[in-house]
Amino acid sequence: MLRYVISRILQAIVTLWVIATITFFLAKFIPGGPYDPEKPPPPAVLEEIEAYYGLNDPVYVQYLKMLGHLAQFDFGPSYRFLDQRVQTVILRHFPVSAALGVLALMLSLGVGVPLGVYAALHQNRPGDWTTMGLAIFGVSVPNFVLGTLLLYVFVHELGWAEIGVVEGPSLADLALPAITLAGFSLAFTVRLTRASMIEVLRNDFVRTAVAKGLTRRRVVWRHGFRNAMLPVLTYLGPLAAALLTGSFVVEHIFHIPGLGAFFVQSLQDDPPAILGVAVFYSALLIGFNLVIDLLYGLADPRIALGGSAER
Amino acid sequence: MTALVAQPEALAPAMPPVRQLRSIMWRKFLRNRAAVAGALLLAAIAVAALVGPLALPFHYAAGDLREQFQPPSLRHWLGTDEFGRDQMTRILYGLRISLVVGLFAAAINMIVGSIYGGVSGYFGGRIDDLMMRIVEVFYGIPLLLIVMLLMAVLPRGLNSGLQNVFLAIGFVYWLGMARIVRGQVLSLRQQDYVGAARALGASPRRIIGRHLLPNALGVIIVTGTLRIPEAIFIEAFLSFVGLGIAEPRPSLGSLVAASLGNLEAQPWLLFGPALAISLLMLGFNFLGDGLRDAFDPQMTR
Repeated sequence: MLRYVISRILQAIVTLWVIATITFFLAKFIPGGPYDPEKPPPPAVLEEIEAYYGLNDPVYVQYLKMLGHLAQFDFGPSYRFLDQRVQTVILRHFPVSAALGVLALMLSLGVGVPLGVYAALHQNRPGDWTTMGLAIFGVSVPNFVLGTLLLYVFVHELGWAEIGVVEGPSLADLALPAITLAGFSLAFTVRLTRASMIEVLRNDFVRTAVAKGLTRRRVVWRHGFRNAMLPVLTYLGPLAAALLTGSFVVEHIFHIPGLGAFFVQSLQDDPPAILGVAVFYSALLIGFNLVIDLLYGLADPRIALGGSAER
Repeated sequence: MTALVAQPEALAPAMPPVRQLRSIMWRKFLRNRAAVAGALLLAAIAVAALVGPLALPFHYAAGDLREQFQPPSLRHWLGTDEFGRDQMTRILYGLRISLVVGLFAAAINMIVGSIYGGVSGYFGGRIDDLMMRIVEVFYGIPLLLIVMLLMAVLPRGLNSGLQNVFLAIGFVYWLGMARIVRGQVLSLRQQDYVGAARALGASPRRIIGRHLLPNALGVIIVTGTLRIPEAIFIEAFLSFVGLGIAEPRPSLGSLVAASLGNLEAQPWLLFGPALAISLLMLGFNFLGDGLRDAFDPQMTR
């Protein structure tokens, strides 16, 4: 178990290193620098600026310095927010995004799982058709379309909500964005839960449980539901990834000052921020996936972590 | 999943000819109403996207400023945008781009993903380890994040960004398929006919190309179709945040983004592209679900 965790952490470090390396060298190709090349400042000032951003070293020295700083969670100075380190900006914007993400995660699972179970228990009946019909629409409407439609209906037409919150959005401010962010994942969770539940309930051990006279409720929840949740648990990784990338557009549409919106802006002209946020996001997701895999081992005793069963 | 190919062998004495197996799937596909509806919807969209821009008397990039922000009318069915360009023409052209991206992604998946997964699974051992390590490095990170990083650094201005979208998608999109095909091939290569082919002196290339991949074709097609909407979404998403297809070329994503600024006064500019991309995704989702049901041996019973 411990060996497994250590090997996963080592693997994560390799992944982060690859991401940082690729992003670093790609970012070197982005035209422009911390000053306008059309109107270069006096040479002395230029030198100061380049020294501040570490641009007067050879590229390989810059690269090694970057790795050294990275190990200390230092992403260097931002080009966009002058006088600020990238990690300061990340930590300032991240809480809002995290709140939004957690809200959307709770919505996806809290609504998606019960709906999926409901559809499975009413298979091929109107309740099932309605749910699944809505679900396939849910996975078909892209998040930015859903968000813009919600914005139009609830903000512009009905006037039930406002956008353009500057600092510290409240729960009500996050309602529409969270629904937008959760939309696809919620619908996907419904489909996954239903399929998984139907498959599990077809098993012999379920028939045995019914045959020995257990109540329907007990069979469905103790035998069916617990086993049916395993694929949903596996989906949590991609779900987190979807919520993360979804935040790029959702925060833009609803003017939420989160990390997603910041990342999209920095893609235009802020290489240190691109690198910092990409590494930060990757570390976040890799950590999340590791936790899920460990949980998975707890939830399903048949899975031997790090075992050689598969290979 | 593996039962799909194991089946004809298990029934060896009275094995139905392959053609019959295919016609069974074809019939099951036709019986799946959602799948047929999806296929018809896609066919209709494709025809509209191909013929529409030729039939309409407007050009996607040429506007008439006197006709700025027209609401829908007989002349402009879906109104006009801020430059007086016909919205219908732009949506149909955007659909073309979405379809091309979807087909390109499917091709990348089928070719690069299958070959990569096939080679990795067939050779196994150290080659497999190395090839899968490369895949795994990228696997924990969202595809979209990698694509966005690539789009940010690829030189802009080439071919309105379409080339860059292709490059970025082509670079990472096959990773998932490679994993799935590898899993299939790992189990398939244990089959007797692979051993027989090897004994007869067939080259690895022939075994992978003629024996392993054709037997995994069902899974490849289903996976490929199911993942088309994701590619279409990626292009639209990129264009929405301004990293994808550049003006004056329209993309469904950038059309939605353009409507965002004038939502209050010109909401119709949102409805067209929103409906178009949703229907397109819906068609592919219906089709993919139907294909999966038709190819999945568990559903035979």
